[in-house]
Amino acid sequence: MGLILSLLVQGVQMALVVALAPVLTGVVRKVKARLTRRRGAPVLQPWRDILKLLRKEAIVADSASWVFRAAPYVIFAATWVAAALVPTFATNLQFSWSADLIAIVALLGLARFALALAGMDVGTAFGGLGASREMLFATVAEPAMLLITFTLALAAGSSQLSTIAGAMAGPEMGLRVSLGMALVALTLVALAENGRIPVDNPATHLELTMVHEAMVLEYSGRHLAMIELAASLKLLLSLSLIGCVFFPWGIAAPGDGVTTHLTAAALYLAKIALGGTALAIFETAVAKMRVFRVPDFLGIALMLGLLGTLLLFVSRGL
Amino acid sequence: MATLPIDIAHLLAGGLVLMSFLMIYQDRLSALLDVFTAHAVVLAASVAWQAHLQGDTFHLYLTALIALAFKGAVIPMALARIVRRLGIHREVETVVGTVPTMLAGIGLAALSIVLMMRLTAGADPLAREDLAFALTVVLLGLLMMVTRRNAVSQVVGFMSLENGLILAAAGARGMPLVVEIAVAFSILIAFIVIGVFLFRIRERFDTVDLAALDEVRGDRA
Amino acid sequence: MPPVDAAALIAGALLALGPAALAFGGPARGAIHAAATLLCLLAAGTGGAALLTGTTTTLTLPIGLPWLGARLALDPLAAVFVLLLGLGGAAASLSSIGYYRHDPAPLRSLPFQPPFLGAMLAVLLAADAFSFLMAWEVMSLLSWALVMVDHRDAATRQAGFVYLVMAAFGTLALLLAFGLMAGPAGGYGFDAIRALPPAPLTVAAILGLMLLGAGSKAGLVPLHVWLPLAHPAAPSPVSALMSGVMTKVAVYAFLRVAFDLMPPAPWWAGSAVIVLGAGSAVLGILLAVVEADMKRALACSTIENIGVIFAATGLALAFRSGGMPALAALALSAALFHALNHMAMKSLLFLGAGAVLHATGTRMLDRMGGLIHRMPATAALMLLGVTAIAALPPLNGFASEWLVFQAVLASPALPQSALQMLVPAAGGLLALAAALAAAAFVRLYGVAFLGRPRTPEAAAAPEADRATLAAMGALALLCLGAGLLPGLVLDLIAPAARQLTGAALPAQAHQPWLTLIPVSAARGTYNGLLVGLFVALSAGLAAGVIHRTASRRLRRAPAWDCGFPQSLPDSQYGAGSFAQPIRRVLGRTLLNARETVHMPPPGDPSAARLTVTAADPAWAALYAPLGRGVNATAAYANRFQALSIRRYLSLVFGSLVLLLLGLALWG
Repeated sequence: MGLILSLLVQGVQMALVVALAPVLTGVVRKVKARLTRRRGAPVLQPWRDILKLLRKEAIVADSASWVFRAAPYVIFAATWVAAALVPTFATNLQFSWSADLIAIVALLGLARFALALAGMDVGTAFGGLGASREMLFATVAEPAMLLITFTLALAAGSSQLSTIAGAMAGPEMGLRVSLGMALVALTLVALAENGRIPVDNPATHLELTMVHEAMVLEYSGRHLAMIELAASLKLLLSLSLIGCVFFPWGIAAPGDGVTTHLTAAALYLAKIALGGTALAIFETAVAKMRVFRVPDFLGIALMLGLLGTLLLFVSRGL
Repeated sequence: MATLPIDIAHLLAGGLVLMSFLMIYQDRLSALLDVFTAHAVVLAASVAWQAHLQGDTFHLYLTALIALAFKGAVIPMALARIVRRLGIHREVETVVGTVPTMLAGIGLAALSIVLMMRLTAGADPLAREDLAFALTVVLLGLLMMVTRRNAVSQVVGFMSLENGLILAAAGARGMPLVVEIAVAFSILIAFIVIGVFLFRIRERFDTVDLAALDEVRGDRA
Repeated sequence: MPPVDAAALIAGALLALGPAALAFGGPARGAIHAAATLLCLLAAGTGGAALLTGTTTTLTLPIGLPWLGARLALDPLAAVFVLLLGLGGAAASLSSIGYYRHDPAPLRSLPFQPPFLGAMLAVLLAADAFSFLMAWEVMSLLSWALVMVDHRDAATRQAGFVYLVMAAFGTLALLLAFGLMAGPAGGYGFDAIRALPPAPLTVAAILGLMLLGAGSKAGLVPLHVWLPLAHPAAPSPVSALMSGVMTKVAVYAFLRVAFDLMPPAPWWAGSAVIVLGAGSAVLGILLAVVEADMKRALACSTIENIGVIFAATGLALAFRSGGMPALAALALSAALFHALNHMAMKSLLFLGAGAVLHATGTRMLDRMGGLIHRMPATAALMLLGVTAIAALPPLNGFASEWLVFQAVLASPALPQSALQMLVPAAGGLLALAAALAAAAFVRLYGVAFLGRPRTPEAAAAPEADRATLAAMGALALLCLGAGLLPGLVLDLIAPAARQLTGAALPAQAHQPWLTLIPVSAARGTYNGLLVGLFVALSAGLAAGVIHRTASRRLRRAPAWDCGFPQSLPDSQYGAGSFAQPIRRVLGRTLLNARETVHMPPPGDPSAARLTVTAADPAWAALYAPLGRGVNATAAYANRFQALSIRRYLSLVFGSLVLLLLGLALWG
């Protein structure tokens, strides 16, 4: 029974994240539109865009190699696997032991690596520009993410996400200033990783500061659909990660019944909707920063991560 | 949850350290003053919580009130006025860059934690933690005074240092009220003297950059 | 035949191949590299067999010091590195078969390359100080000869000079270290050293000297300056050997002394090694990010990986001094595993770089581009190599870095609170190095292989020869295999970890799905096989479903480029422009990078110039003052060159009297 349920949970989650990711993007866009007194496109619009793109013919530049054509699938697959391993509504994922938080971060790194290479492949100035800036941001964001991982793993005694989520929900964790710092840092890193507003603007094309859009400029058709889906998945993954680590209330633990799982799923949807709304409000309120301010912005995350790890030893000394 | 009160004390003291770091990160005077206000408010909350934890300690509540009134309201407002009148609210004056300063700050935090863990091995855990955080705040205040050129930010650094001292005193049970009032007054007097001083420097040299003072030193060749 | 006898025979045969190259001509000479390949494979087999049985075999040869003989031993630690050397040497020698065919002056490298392998093997087998230092010196000199192959190039001559000076310095440090270890009694055999452990402070001094000696050969910052000069100057198979194998021999020397010959060192010795390692990792890879020369960028990345290995070694030292053998075994296994992995990926990358150098005639990244169209096999194998070395799953670089991070996460168990805080900070530095490595290798691969060709040579580059491709393919398989099945590799090196720390990781082969479980399942697990399988399946599934149900039409068209396509290939991002953001953010402080724009005055039609300078800080901080000091001393000593006979005699007389006085006072 337990095995069947955890297999079921894993399968449901894999399907759920793919189905939900574009909807989340739609929700964020919708809220942003409402905040700026526009009506906005329907919440399902990103899904429609993706389906439309899938049916279209793909145009590939003359100078592109097979790397350009293979990259979208690798990006999508790596992001999907990472998203499938982050507990969303239940911690008893069948395959959660195959990768811990460090490996999930590295899988996102694999997706970024493939995307940057794809950006360089056509041999245009824009592609290289996007790739070069993306790697700069990653240079600061990845160590920050790893230090956050250290903070969480040292606090929970494990780098395994389901164990961390369980420990966070447990009574002995309590309030800790380190965890607060980790939360702020994780939020900053997530904003940068997803190319959200203070770092990059997901809504613009042809702006000189763009990063993500510059790399995918040459993509069209099914390839573009895969990349868009992967970007949505990454946003969902970030929100799920923040949710399962810092707000693990109501998440179904191993051994819980089917009804608990169903309520946990409903609660998860509410959490994600809330997170998406918060993101939209934040993006409406702040302005985009210059490219060379971004390392400072991420440097704060890095510093908070390091400080969180250090202050952990104060609490540990108790 | 039995540990919740201690958790909150821990959170407030840690918040003070975080505020100190934010102060180091700020490079504009007006933003610095805002963070300093927040610093004082967190301090007041932390001291008040300590008072709540330690039972009927009237003078701790008073300390919190003094901190809130003077450092959270009067002094920042007065400083903000000075800054506005001098027209230097956008000025960025650091001797060392932000990032190296932050790294140095993290090093100092690590140092004070290591030191306090070793020195106060047998003490009450709450006081121990407070002491470690307080030492960090004091060192960060000093660091700020060393890495800033502007007289206003040096004053702010000095007062954040003093906030650290109050945090340490609040953690160690039963500091006499007289000491606190004396400290508060000395700070006030120091603040007034520095304030007057600032205007004098400004009148003379048209800047509050302390480097300008070096030029009138007699022993220079 | 016991493994050590076999290994000694192989070493002897490899050493003998050098003179043989001179003695034979024609086709027999061409077979030298093939023979070396076979011998290396045999060595790998010997090492593997010794590891599987987990035994130690010894042998004493009647050469060397008359009262000692040359003692040789093949224990599990040596066996790990014999295996590493065998695999790396076989790949390099196989590639050399192809290289030999188009080598303009084969006799400049052929007589030295197999003996170089033999000397390295001898270093690994040596079990007394005398044979160890002897073999070490032969290894240094032979590799110097190989660096100097292209001696007409002034840059190569300078690289050779710097290398020779650093090698001499390193050997001096090793000499002093072994002198301290042997003690006043002069026990030069390793078993005699083991039997008489010195005082803790002496242990720290010995470790410091070993860091200087082995660190200078491995390329540890700040002793790394010769490495980006010397490694790329050699022919590419030799570069692969130097970066992939010789640096590991240096790591072996450090491990042998620090863990096998010496008792646990004080904890601060471990922390010093951690700091040096993490610093090397960041500085090395930052140099690689800004380097415009492909092979030099690869050499700089070697500094990074050596840093990772030393950081893990330092962690193992710290855990060992804290009395935690299981965690020490974890950190040490991570170091050994990363050493093996780095051999595979760096050899692969250097062989590929050699193929590119031969095809385009240049090492400068900005004169390449679009090579994936002309050299598809090389490009595919190189892609695997850069993914592995950028520490990305599911390949081997990530597996070993993951183990290092697991060891970092175990740091709260350490008793010293200073170490508890230092280790996560060092972990952050290692993460920074890993992220920078991804940037460096996106740049290297993207500029060289992707995009459009920047020169006619790049547009007409021929594919690499079959021997090189075979060698690269074998190394790529190693990368993939070790990445998907890291548990098997860890089980293989477990005897070495047990020999050095007294503990080993739990056996990994029996875990379900071959999951990597370093401490316990609750602490953190990773399964390269499943992650790789999942990614491949998901990608395949997505591609299959889309091609079947949605659309599979594809049209080739000119690049869109936002509507303003540039036909000039120079409009692409090049090596310098790709590195610019990172150079500005990190290079300004760490590399003293500066950009100056020279604008002609208004009305002057000449072009504006942007000059970028970046320098390795070690030169300015350490070597330039040292060089000036040496020059000043030399100028002073110059005066002694033209004295009268009487003064020379008085100098000799004076020294004699002084020495006699010394003897009278302290003798």
